[in-house]
Formats: sequence, C-alpha cells, structure tokens
Amino acid sequence: MNWLRDILLPAQGTEYAGKVDDLFLFILYVSGFFFFLVTGLILYFTWRYRRRGPNDRTPKITHNFKLEVVWTVIPLMIVMVIFVWGFHGYLDATVAPKDALEIRVTGKRWMWQFEYPNGTRTVNDLRVPVGKPVKLILTSDDVIHSFFVPSFRIKADLLPDRYTQLWFTPEKEGLHVLFCAEYCGTGHSVMGGKIHVLSESQYQDWLERGDETTQAMPLAELGALLYQSRGCATCHSLDGRRGQGPSFKGIFGHTQRMTDGTEALVDENYLRESILQPQAKIVEGYQAIMPTFQGLLTEREIQALSEFIKAQK
Amino acid sequence: MADSHGSYLQEPRGLRSWLVTLDHKRIGLLYFWSTLAAFVLGGVFAMLIRLELLTPKGTMMTADLYNKIFTLHGAIMIFLFIIPSIPAAFGNFVLPLMLGAKDVAFPRLNLASYYIYVAGTIIMLVAMVTGGIDTGWTFYTPYSSTTGGSVSLMVFGVFVLGFSSIFTGINFIATIHKLRAPGMDWFRMPLFAWGIYATAIIQVMATPVLGITLVLLFMERVFQIGVFDARLGGDPVLFQHFFWFYSHPAVYIMILPGMAIISEVIPVFSRKTIFGYKAIAYSSLAIALVSFLVWGHHMFISGQSQLASAVFSFLTFLVAIPSGVKIWNWLATMYRGSISLDAPMIYAVMFLALFAIGGLTGLFLGALTTDVHLTDTYFVVAHFHYVMMGGTFIAYLAGVHYWWPKMFGRMYSERLARVAGALVFIGFNLTFLSQFVMGSRGMPRRYHSYVQEFQPLHVLSTVGSWILALGLFLILGYLLASLRKRPNAPANPWGSATLEWETSSPPPVHNFDYTPVASHGPYDYDREQVTA
Repeated sequence: MNWLRDILLPAQGTEYAGKVDDLFLFILYVSGFFFFLVTGLILYFTWRYRRRGPNDRTPKITHNFKLEVVWTVIPLMIVMVIFVWGFHGYLDATVAPKDALEIRVTGKRWMWQFEYPNGTRTVNDLRVPVGKPVKLILTSDDVIHSFFVPSFRIKADLLPDRYTQLWFTPEKEGLHVLFCAEYCGTGHSVMGGKIHVLSESQYQDWLERGDETTQAMPLAELGALLYQSRGCATCHSLDGRRGQGPSFKGIFGHTQRMTDGTEALVDENYLRESILQPQAKIVEGYQAIMPTFQGLLTEREIQALSEFIKAQK
Repeated sequence: MADSHGSYLQEPRGLRSWLVTLDHKRIGLLYFWSTLAAFVLGGVFAMLIRLELLTPKGTMMTADLYNKIFTLHGAIMIFLFIIPSIPAAFGNFVLPLMLGAKDVAFPRLNLASYYIYVAGTIIMLVAMVTGGIDTGWTFYTPYSSTTGGSVSLMVFGVFVLGFSSIFTGINFIATIHKLRAPGMDWFRMPLFAWGIYATAIIQVMATPVLGITLVLLFMERVFQIGVFDARLGGDPVLFQHFFWFYSHPAVYIMILPGMAIISEVIPVFSRKTIFGYKAIAYSSLAIALVSFLVWGHHMFISGQSQLASAVFSFLTFLVAIPSGVKIWNWLATMYRGSISLDAPMIYAVMFLALFAIGGLTGLFLGALTTDVHLTDTYFVVAHFHYVMMGGTFIAYLAGVHYWWPKMFGRMYSERLARVAGALVFIGFNLTFLSQFVMGSRGMPRRYHSYVQEFQPLHVLSTVGSWILALGLFLILGYLLASLRKRPNAPANPWGSATLEWETSSPPPVHNFDYTPVASHGPYDYDREQVTA
C-alpha cells in the first residue's frame, strides 16, 4: 500500500522518516479497520433493526460481561503496542550519535540562523553532508519557534534561554524544506528555509572555500548569492511581484512613501539602514516584520547587497 | 395539541421578567441564544479564515489581520460557545426536569453565573474592537506577554468567564446530589445527568487553574513579574504546563456533555434499554479523573523531559479506552432495537461516525514519533475539529433537535432537517478530511500564506466550509420558522422514558403539576408501551 503512503506523507529524507511512516501506516490500518467496523455496524443496524411499527418490542439487554471485556481488552492491547512502538522510535530520535556534526541554530522573528563549528554563518540555508549524522542545538532569540522538517519527520521547539536538540542523518543529496511550526506572529508563515544535502566533497568545498570564492567575486555577483542564502528571497521578489516585503525590481533610485506619511529616496544609505535597522522606515502597505541583519553581514556584504539591488532595474 | 398557556415561555410576561428570572428554563434559554450568537460570530471568523486560505499568498487580509481572526475564532468558539453551550444551555434547561426537580439547587447563583458570562463576553468583545489579540487562543508566552493589542483585557475576560463556568458546575453538582425525585437513586438517573455531573467536577476543579494562570499572565504583562518571560528570569514552558493542566481537562468539559446527549438520544430512537449503563456512567467519571493526568501530550516537542513525554503518552492511550468503550455501548444499544431515523437520531449516528474519526486520529497524536511529525500541523487542526465539531457540536445539534419541542413546544420540518443533516455531513467532511492530508504532508498550522503544493487541498476545504455553512443556515432557518407556528408539540413526541417528557411541552413555570416519582429506569423501553 505504498500509494497510501505517497498520498498521505511527504518524501522520506532519512531512514528514521521511514520508521515513523511504518508506525503511521500501522495506526492508519488499525484506525481504518475500526472506523469501517463502526460505520458498517451503524449502517447495518439502522437498516436491519429499522422501526417497523409503533408497537415494536425490544429485548432488555443491559450488559454482557464477556463482550465488554473483549472490547475493552483488545483495544487496550492494540494501543499499548502503539505506545511501545512510538516510545521506541522516540528514544532513537532523542539521542544523537557522539560523532555527529554539531550546528547551532538560532530562531528569531522571522529567520533561521545557522552557525557551523568553523564559524561559518548562514541564514535560512542549512547545508549538510550526505550520510553523516547532524546534531542541531537550537535556541531562540525572542519568542518560541519550532524547527520542522516534514521530510525528516522531525520537529522541536526553540526556546529563549534554553537549548533543545534534534538530529538526523540525510540519506540522499537534495533539497528539503524547513518550516516554523510554532506560531510566532506576523512573519510566522514566511519563516521558512531550505536544507541542502550535499556530497561530502561539495560540503567541504563550500565550508572551506566559501569565503575565498566570495572574496574574489564582484560585489553585485556576491549580492546575488547573499540574496538567496540570507533569505532576502523569501520576502523580496525580483520580478515586481508583491511579497511580504517590496519587490527589488526598479526600487533603487525611486522615492517611496512610508507608513508614517513621509517619503524616502531609495539610495545606498536607505538600503543600509533598511538592512541594519529594518524597523526605522516601513514602506506604505507593508508590515514591520523584517529582522535586523546587524552582525550577520560584513561591511562588504552589505555593499554587495546594495549593488545587487541597484542592478535590479 | 398542548396548550402553551401558562407555560414558562408565557408567564410571567415582560422583558424584565426574563432578565431577572430565576427559572432554570429561562436561564437555559438565555444561555442558549447567547451561546448561539457567539457561535455565529465565531463561525463568521471561520469562514473568513477559509476564504483567506483559498490562495497560497492569501486573498484579502494582511498576516496581522489573519492572526487576529484565527485567534478570535478559537477564543470565541472555545470560551463563549463550546464550554458553556451544552452544560449551561441544555444542562440548565433539561437537568432539573430530568431529575424531577422544580429548579436547580441555587437559582440565584444560576442567574449570577449567566450575568458573569455576559460580563466576560462584553469584556472579550471590547478587547476585540480595541486592538484585538493575535496570540492564538492558547496565549503561549513569551509571545503573549510581549505582543501588542488587548491581550490583558482579553485574558481578564476569559478569567471572568471562568467564574461563570465554576458557578454552573457547583450548581449542577448540588442539584444532582440533593434534588433528585423520589425513587431516583443514582443509577436511575438519566446518563445525561451523569455526563453533566462528570463535567461539573472538571469545571470546579480545573477552571481555577486557568484563572490563576491568566492572572499570572496578566501580571507578567502589566508588572513584568518574571514568571513566564525568559528575559525576566521566567520559564515560558511553565505557562504551557499551567495552560494545558486546565485546557486538556477542558477538552472533556467540551466532549462529555456531547456524549451525555448521545447517551439519551440513542436509546430513545432505538426504543431500547441502554447497553452498559454503569459502564457509561463510570467511564464518564474515569475520563474526568484521568483527563487531569495527560496535559503533557500537548508538549512532546516543547522541551519537556523525555521521561515526562513517555509517561504522558502512556496515560493518553489509557484515557482513549473509556471513550472507545462508550462507542461500543451505543452500538450495542442499537443492536436489536427499533431504530427510527428522526432528526435527533440522524445527528446521533453522525456523531458516532465523526467522533470515531476524531478519536482514532488521536492515536496518531498520542504516539510519540508520529506526534512529533504531526503536532502543530493541520493534522491536529483536523483532529480537534472532528472531536469538537464532529463530536460536541454534532451532539449539540442532536440535543437541539431532541429537546426543541420541549423547549419551545413546536415541531420543525423533518424533511428539511434531513437535507440540512446531509449538507452538514458532506460539508464537514470535505472541510476537515482534506486538512488531515495537508497536515500529514507537513502543512503547519496558523499559516497566513503557504507553499503552492497545498492549494488544491485548501480549495477543497474552503468549498467544504461553504456547504457546511449552508447546512447550518438551513437548520437555523427551519428552527426559527417553527417558532412562527402555533404550538404543536405533544408532551412526549419521541416516546422517551425520562421525566422531562412527562410534563407538557413547553413545561409550566414550576415544571410539574405534581411531584414526579421515578418508578422505573430512564431507559426501560421493555415495559408497557411508552407512547406519544
């Protein structure tokens, strides 16, 4: 019944996901059996024992001890199987292998920040090597968020001033989506990200030489890279389409009306302020949901984004 | 045709006599219309949510407005409709009649609890129009202790509503203990009374915890006392423990009265003794007590200890058993009965099917690994709508159709009731079955915009909500239309054996012209023919 799995569940990105799905399907079959039993009996009884006249007599059946024991004990045994099965998998999911790659995750309204052991930082973009266990140590900068990767079947809340953990071993190279699953306000539904599962060599390349390659890059090209990797693309389109924030298309050099009625010319200083203090000026018709990138971008990277936005004519 | 002259609806006359009434039937009606109005308001918000989710980027609202709308939908439906509706409306109206009493034990307290409900409602409405709230009905900290809007006022409103719930609970416990008719021992009580009794215990025991929690949240916002907010040295997860310590038992405040109605309707329309009276009565009490020990199953991913999660998962599966036993009892009651599919029975069997789905999908959420994947997704949203709406609300409709003749002395159109029942059933399943699939595929809840792949399912769900709304308006239409007719309901249109049907429809002011005696059990359909 793989088709049922394919309809009801997302693709499996880890071996663990397959184990979760096995339990899911087991419960589904059990539930399906009891559901059809109950509805079948309802339909049969309402037809078989339909009222035939005003003087129908019915037997007085007050209880049946054997039957009641059966319909209590059998479901009890089934749910105990489900409990043990779920508990067993949960133990696996709780304890990360000792050699796992540790990555720190900070959630803040409304973005994900990742920090690697070598100091590399990314936003909304987690890159991990295939086939190696990865352990995430999660915390929040503000309210509670929840790190949810449907294709890995994992989820954990991020709490302020406290650490939680998740771990997974990605099976294949590819792309997985990340959602925030704990309601956190205006930008909750756009607080997403991507998990790139890379081959070992690609991963090492990216981790070690990522910075070298970007240092040689022209500013606008680096800006294009940052536009994707730092999550700007979540809210700001390049084709004029309205997102959670204004599109970058043709924005540079134009005067924008702000929510407080003032007007501002979009130039380098405006862009710099918008990146570092996004709440300072809000374009009319949009909401103040952008997080600050203070400390997340180098001086050169801010200039790169500025050049990139300038190039979006 | 019963003569409604001298009924509680007619005497005493005048608006004032209604507003200061101590008659449990009138207070029941005040609650009935108030909670119905709350349901319509909450329903409007539900329709707006579904409309907004028709397209992936949202159709007409900003994210902030959407967040307020879904919060209000939840808060209104939970605090102003589901919790008070069955106990306060039907409990008030029917319970004393069933017990053969003249009124509840404390009529003035009863009126007070209604006005406290009104006060709480007004405070909530004021909070809605003066800034609204965007915390979700769960008020999780530190979001709720730091966000703008009228959270403090809203929380105060819910705090006030809690007293209404506690007073009603105390009143019903005293009524059941002290005011049963001669001959009515505990096991001759209709099961509705048992269900209300179990509910009242939870109301009295759990609601104070919510009250204290909300006071703490209020003080956190106003005085920054630092209980829940990590920046002030507090613990945000502590709030979740407190909140669910009330709100999980509260789920049973919502569902037990629904089960209680079903336990009345099924024997009447099967014209057969209820199967396993004591099993149903005791399972209500068992549910009421065990429900206090499972709150942590809302928090498997919250960072609570793994051991706690395992224990809560285990206890959650235990609490599933008494609910399942009830379903078997109801089915066994239908076995070899004389089943008549009148409107109340249509809703009762609909309840069995929908509540079965609600209960069985709970198994996915009780198990640890599957819950981790499914929690905070639409799967949970669909699950609790199957329990709360497919369960409690459908049982409420069964109750409305069952007691309507007793409450108002009028029969409604049985033909329209069938059409509406079909619309509700189809619409409801379309709306929420699709949400199970979205959820298990990974669609998180409380999302204003979503990824493209979920759109077809959202469209199905929204179309379903229109069919559902159509069915509900039809019900409202034919019920209200019946009020324009002359009173035409006999004292006992369904051939029921419980005491409320021994008095006229609608009942006289003092309920019974004589002191009723419970000379037989509430479901003794095997004795001489009970006829209309």
